[in-house]
Amino acid sequence: MHRKITVKALTLVFFLFSIASFAIDNSEEEKAHLTEKTKEQREKEVEAYIPHHLLDSHDFSLFSYTSDNGEHVYFGFPLPVILWDNGLNVFMSSKFHHGETIAKSGENYYKLDHGKIYKTDAAGTLTYDADHHATNSKPLDFSITKNVFTVMMVGLLMFFMFSRMAKAYKNNESMPKGMGRLLEPIVIYIRDDIARPNIGEKHYKRYMSYLLTVFFFIWIINLLGLTPLGINVTNNIAITFCLAIITYIITTATAKKDYWKHIFWMPGVPTPMKFILMPIELLGTFIKPFSLMIRLYANITAGHIVLMSILGMIFIAQNWLGGSLSFLLAMVLGILELLVAALQAYIFTMLSALYFGSAVEEHDHH
Amino acid sequence: MDKLIGDFSVGLFFWQLVLFVGLVLLLKKFAWKPILDSVNEREDGIKNALASAEDAKKEMQNLNASNEQLLKDARAERDALMKDAREIKDKMISDAKEEAKEVTSKLIENAQASIEQEKQAALAELKKQVAELSIGIAETVIKKELTSKKDQLKLVEGILKEVTLK
Repeated sequence: MHRKITVKALTLVFFLFSIASFAIDNSEEEKAHLTEKTKEQREKEVEAYIPHHLLDSHDFSLFSYTSDNGEHVYFGFPLPVILWDNGLNVFMSSKFHHGETIAKSGENYYKLDHGKIYKTDAAGTLTYDADHHATNSKPLDFSITKNVFTVMMVGLLMFFMFSRMAKAYKNNESMPKGMGRLLEPIVIYIRDDIARPNIGEKHYKRYMSYLLTVFFFIWIINLLGLTPLGINVTNNIAITFCLAIITYIITTATAKKDYWKHIFWMPGVPTPMKFILMPIELLGTFIKPFSLMIRLYANITAGHIVLMSILGMIFIAQNWLGGSLSFLLAMVLGILELLVAALQAYIFTMLSALYFGSAVEEHDHH
Repeated sequence: MDKLIGDFSVGLFFWQLVLFVGLVLLLKKFAWKPILDSVNEREDGIKNALASAEDAKKEMQNLNASNEQLLKDARAERDALMKDAREIKDKMISDAKEEAKEVTSKLIENAQASIEQEKQAALAELKKQVAELSIGIAETVIKKELTSKKDQLKLVEGILKEVTLK
């Protein structure tokens, strides 16, 4: 009841503000019309911005705007570019000037195009194919990109957070302190409700480190993706592929005899069936981590695209109704995304535990 | 799918693999192991404390039971002692009675014996006196020289009267 009233009050305040701002807009409408772009232009800009935002980038820009004299101003800092092109080439991404100039490193020239580094000549010529993809050769890019930088930061954050938590236990007679009070129930939840029931009392301890790390890593990085810092890590297929392949490697490396037996020679079925089941089961072992990869990637990417499309509608519509509706929708969706951030971390951890469980499961043969 | 593969960044994959595996190993050593150990230790501590409390409770119950047993035993012993005492008392009384009876009967016997003795003595004395008297009478009779039978009888009667008077 109380909550309903609060929501209603908030909505009312929100609408009043929208109308007020609409009134102000009206007075300046004449002037605005002259400088503003047309609706089609804005649509195109938003359309181009969304996929750009979803991509990794070579510098850490928090936001950018176009100044009065038509110049793009970026707010952020450059990151190191590390290229392997018959020798190591290291330089700061500021050399690219956000893709506007060609970077020269040693004897080679490089140019940024849609977030990727291409080898080019001194003039910076890029050849394109029919789909507008550059066909120039690409050097192996091991740059500390925005995502790599974020992963490093999250790693540092996690390390300090949890090692401090661990230290607090030592100094406090095995009782949690500070952050530990908040994190301990989650740690215990992962142990008691994810690892123990899925892997089994006998083997679960070996997998705890991975499960705990992967859970908190995905969760924290998903939450960072919801901040206005413009960080998107888990919507990179390389990241989710990496996590999924680690799960796959751990599953395969720790699998017991029973696991392989159930793949290659399923007990308890007629012999012809065994031959049919063999490739299916074998394929299943790859599909499982593959689904992990796609699920996390798709959920986060979809969330970002939808959220940004709705936010983009504010700029396209540019009127009080469209703006406030979009804002409301974006707010609701933002809350949903908060849930998705935790949920995807949970699902990834849960399914990883399930796969580990199947690897170490010992079947009783009746 | 083409886009997915096209977007795949080997560099990002490489860094993520290195950083993530490093993170897992570092956290394992510096965080997860000590945290889980502490949590386990605490849980074991709680479990042990609960178990020992349960044990203490059981011990208490046992102690109570043994106390009760002790009390019961003490009561039984007391009862037995009381019974013994009563028996001893009864025995003593009956013994005393017996003894008293014996003593009295002995006394009575003695008394009777002495009475008999006295009686015999008295009788002997009597007999002696009778004999002496008889002799005296006989002497007197002889001394007087009795003339008639009538006088003789009178004399005997007189003497007898004297005797009875005596």
